[in-house]
Amino acid sequence: MTDIDKLLQRDSFIERNARSRAQALLDPGTFRELAGPFERLYSPWLAMQQLVTQADDGVVVAKGLLEGAPTVVLAIEGGFQGGSMGEIGTAKIAGALELAARDNRRGIPTQAVILFETGGVRLQEANLGLAGIAEIQSAIVDLRRYRPVIGVSAGTVGCYGGMSIAAGLCSWLVLTREARLGLNGPQVIEQEAGVAEFDARNRALIWGLTGGAQRAASGLADACVDDDSAAIRATVAGLFARGVPAQHRSERAADYLAALAQADTAVQPAAADVRTVYMKGEA
Amino acid sequence: MMASTHTSRGAMWLRLLTGGAPALHDWPSVRVCDAPLNGQTARWIAVVPDPDNRFPRARNGEVGLVEGWQLAQAVQETIAQDRDAPVKRPIVAVIDVPSQAYGRREEAFGIHQALAGAAGAYAQARLAGHPVIGLIVGLAMSGAFLAHGYQANRLIALDDPGVMVHAMGKASAARVTLRTVEALEKLAEKVPPMAYDIRNFASLGILSQVLQLTNLALPDEQDLALVHGALETALQDILEDRERNLTGRLQGQHRAASRRVRQLLETQWEAAD
Repeated sequence: MTDIDKLLQRDSFIERNARSRAQALLDPGTFRELAGPFERLYSPWLAMQQLVTQADDGVVVAKGLLEGAPTVVLAIEGGFQGGSMGEIGTAKIAGALELAARDNRRGIPTQAVILFETGGVRLQEANLGLAGIAEIQSAIVDLRRYRPVIGVSAGTVGCYGGMSIAAGLCSWLVLTREARLGLNGPQVIEQEAGVAEFDARNRALIWGLTGGAQRAASGLADACVDDDSAAIRATVAGLFARGVPAQHRSERAADYLAALAQADTAVQPAAADVRTVYMKGEA
Repeated sequence: MMASTHTSRGAMWLRLLTGGAPALHDWPSVRVCDAPLNGQTARWIAVVPDPDNRFPRARNGEVGLVEGWQLAQAVQETIAQDRDAPVKRPIVAVIDVPSQAYGRREEAFGIHQALAGAAGAYAQARLAGHPVIGLIVGLAMSGAFLAHGYQANRLIALDDPGVMVHAMGKASAARVTLRTVEALEKLAEKVPPMAYDIRNFASLGILSQVLQLTNLALPDEQDLALVHGALETALQDILEDRERNLTGRLQGQHRAASRRVRQLLETQWEAAD
């Protein structure tokens, strides 16, 4: 098969919406959606501000099997309000993770995948979004004691704000080259610190420092895979097979503090500088 | 001792509440010390300004890369020290954090991961049985609050115009939502979760106590006793609670949707198999 044929036959994960992404990950015929759109879970806070609502509030909770193992997939719809997280969306993710942890305490080894496609807190629901994200983080830390919680960000929205912290709590993290992962979005840094600090229009700078390839190369993600549903599914299944890591990335404070002590902070780092600092001692 | 030229609310309250207990680390921006709470040794942690911070965007008390990982280390050390102890020492996070550090260096080196280190450590401490109390004495903003305090079993705040909780500063929030700051402020008056002030935040049901002090700038003996009393109440409350999760925050009048979603999920969870 020529490269062009391969490209044409590739089943893009990015082009799928949240529901379809969850379907692509779960074993055929096992997808069951919980608290779905027919429950009419419209955001009361967006409605109050005369903004567009959606019956699932932009989050899909899907239960099923992945390679035969009980799995819940939490998929954020980047196409709705920038994947922003409000009260309902965060309650769906936190609530499902809490039930997965309860399953494990009852002897059912339910595992979780979170598909991050989000700018972070939905500012129209500000403090309830932030509170909900704290609850998601709590639930990830609880569940990951039993079974891995795997984060995937495929793009094109990427993963920002409080949800990037949630991604940092995951047992394993999978990105594509199109994804970006960072705490503060370029626009916000430019607003807070000025254009000299960060030019929000400089796409090469943004992807170079925070894109999937760079994050994987500097150890802040576990894999950078092609935008291909089968490849992403295989990578996720492979990581579940590795089980809960002996030490989660978020537990490596000593390693990261030692590495950061070596960083030259007098200048703005290039992507290569970050890789050097973090990959030297396998930070 | 570190001589910080800046005085922050966080630094002041940490000093007052711990009687100036010596720092356990020579870290300029993350202060950690042991001091009694209700006759028991507690670990107290605050983030304070460091005007000489190596990272220029983290000089005003922001939670940056180093601060996030130091918070993580401080909490992990506490868990490790009490690993075999039948009674886990309480952890008090004194919260006055203006924001996470906004900068290119921070994004390049993955500040999200540093903050995950801190948030994760606090959550692990809570799950391990350490009573974790967050005391909001100033700003509790966004990612900085997620990293330092939001994972506490109980949150207490001082009732004061200088005490604020929010997801993003006003100028940035206006830019991202394509509004003016004035429009944002008007909306915040009608939409409780959008407000910046502590009274509106209290209406969400996330705080366990809101404290009225007489002298906020220079707290007197009475004020100190009030705050100590509130911390002791929270500690007792946590010890009597069987839950180690955050479900106690879901009972507020403005969290009906959070409760409904969880009910639906629970009902449909088993049925999905």
